[in-house]
Amino acid sequence: MKKKTTYWRENLRLIMICLIIWFVVSFGFGLILVEPLNEFRIGGYKLGFWFAQQGSIYVFVGLVFWYGYQITKLDSKYGASEQS
Amino acid sequence: MDELKLYTYIAVFGSFALYFAIAWWARAASTSEFYVAGGGVTPLQNGMAIGADWMSAASFISMAGIIAFLGYEGSVYLMGWTGGYVLLAMLLAPYMRKHGKFTVPEFISDRYYSKTARVVAVICLILASLTYIIGQMKGVGVAFSRFLEVDYAVGLGFGMTVVWFYAVLGGMKGITYTQIAQYCVLIFAYTIPAIFISIQLTGNPIPQLGLGSTLADGSGVYLLDKLDQVVTELGFNEYTTSNMNGSLDMFAFALSLMIGTAGLPHVIMRFFTVPSAKAARSSAGYALIFIALLYTVAPAVAAMARLNLMNTIEPAAGQNMEYSERPQWVKDWEKTGLLQFSDKNGDGKVQYSAHEDTNELVKVDRDIIVLANPAIANLPNWVIALVAAGGLAAALSTAAGLLLAISSSISHDLMKGVLTPNLSEKNELLAGRIVMTLAILISGYLGLNPPGFAAGTVALAFGLAASSIFPALMMGIFSTKMSGKAAIAGMCSGVGVTILYVFQHKGIMFIPGTSFLGGLQPNWFFGISPNGFGAVGALVNFVVAFTVLKFSDPAPKYVQDMVENMRTPGGSGAISNH
Repeated sequence: MKKKTTYWRENLRLIMICLIIWFVVSFGFGLILVEPLNEFRIGGYKLGFWFAQQGSIYVFVGLVFWYGYQITKLDSKYGASEQS
Repeated sequence: MDELKLYTYIAVFGSFALYFAIAWWARAASTSEFYVAGGGVTPLQNGMAIGADWMSAASFISMAGIIAFLGYEGSVYLMGWTGGYVLLAMLLAPYMRKHGKFTVPEFISDRYYSKTARVVAVICLILASLTYIIGQMKGVGVAFSRFLEVDYAVGLGFGMTVVWFYAVLGGMKGITYTQIAQYCVLIFAYTIPAIFISIQLTGNPIPQLGLGSTLADGSGVYLLDKLDQVVTELGFNEYTTSNMNGSLDMFAFALSLMIGTAGLPHVIMRFFTVPSAKAARSSAGYALIFIALLYTVAPAVAAMARLNLMNTIEPAAGQNMEYSERPQWVKDWEKTGLLQFSDKNGDGKVQYSAHEDTNELVKVDRDIIVLANPAIANLPNWVIALVAAGGLAAALSTAAGLLLAISSSISHDLMKGVLTPNLSEKNELLAGRIVMTLAILISGYLGLNPPGFAAGTVALAFGLAASSIFPALMMGIFSTKMSGKAAIAGMCSGVGVTILYVFQHKGIMFIPGTSFLGGLQPNWFFGISPNGFGAVGALVNFVVAFTVLKFSDPAPKYVQDMVENMRTPGGSGAISNH
């Protein structure tokens, strides 16, 4: 039972980290901080505009895979993985 | 028959023949195959199927057009419709798969030990899904009538027949494998014209990079800078910073789209088709890659199409297009009424401007952007034919997923779950097929006679999913103590607030003249438009549910144990009927 609770707590911590990044790249960089970031550029893109229309989506993809990788590690650490 | 029409017939009917063949091969024999494709779909396959399930006529046909005319502000659709998958992968999908039931209302019924909760969920699901399906049916009719020049109703009827064949025969199993094929068709159809146009304009074959590159005309000017310059000269807002409704509204709207996406039952259902909770997590990842492919190309399509449109009308500063020398695609789209000119100053030339009294491009429907894009860029006819097949694939695949969500909520949740628990598996399967046939007929009728409020209700579909289904599911997983009473109170108040807000600004049942506050921005709550109110509704849902929980009994022990069990992925096992 105790093992189960620590597993869940570590999972919650992982989710929190991911959701903070999720929030920062989309709502943070793409929206709230868009004007100051637009002062910088990558190629023809203004940086804030790039986050809003490209960058946030790439980060989302990365996040989902990073979370999947980390939680699988947690699963085997706590013996919670499927049938193994 | 001209060459374009011939190619279009080949592309459309060739792809339909493929869907029929798959449907025949993947017939469903049991309720498990009908509802969850037998639970044996691999994460990669499921990722593709989710991509097609999710990307509808709105993503394929309308989104790039909306962004082309909104500019930066259109980013809410890009972030909102992809960011929801992060929430799905971490907050809902793996746990709901672990629980192992057929439908979303069934999960809610188990978790909140209540048939009332199940019925509330069924109602929210049907409202959200039916609204959504009207748009798909319209997309099918429009694609047929514009590209094959057949009657709108005939095209719609043909599309209905195709969906009926593979959805009713194959259930989730048939839908899964056709959706995989449809994903391939739609992604090719979307990216190939974009690659051509990107090469033409910037010399870079990757549209995502082309959008950030310099123009290929030797001027050394960045494409986006050129676009900003061209639109501001005509009095429009700068493309890369344009934001009409303010940041808070964009914030609320993007958040509503994200949690609405995560709460849409036809998407969640797809996660029940994989063998384990771990596979549910990885299918969300694959799905997001497949979706991101289209969603990162869309802004390039949008900006490039806008620039091409501007260049067609005004090839060089002050040298406007002679109306009599307009290109063929302009003539074609004028016939549909979606593109209209009016020579206000009588000089025989077309002036495009942000000012209403001098603007001569009086109507340009946003849906034109993607559909006419290949013609505007003078691409070969087979590319245009491919776009027609892609638009149909996007509309049909989403329609099939929605139909399954609707029919399973009626045959499995209402009939088997609440009204006639003794229904045998064979009869339940039959009931599922009959309900789906009825659902196709109803949505076909609605597509043919779209109710006046159809356009406005898309906001309501996301609002409903965001304010009712998502919070109920999330609290059910992340709070062991959350009780049925509190969750039902939360769902009802979340939906209530959202519907009230949408109605008070857009009219009761969207009937014009009944909106007692008017649709005007000064009356908006903190400047949040009705489209973005789902996020506020979700907040109300959470607050009400936790307040009620504080003053009443928590969920019984056996339910709390069930939630504990849901949280560890081990031993997901097969999805069971009970």
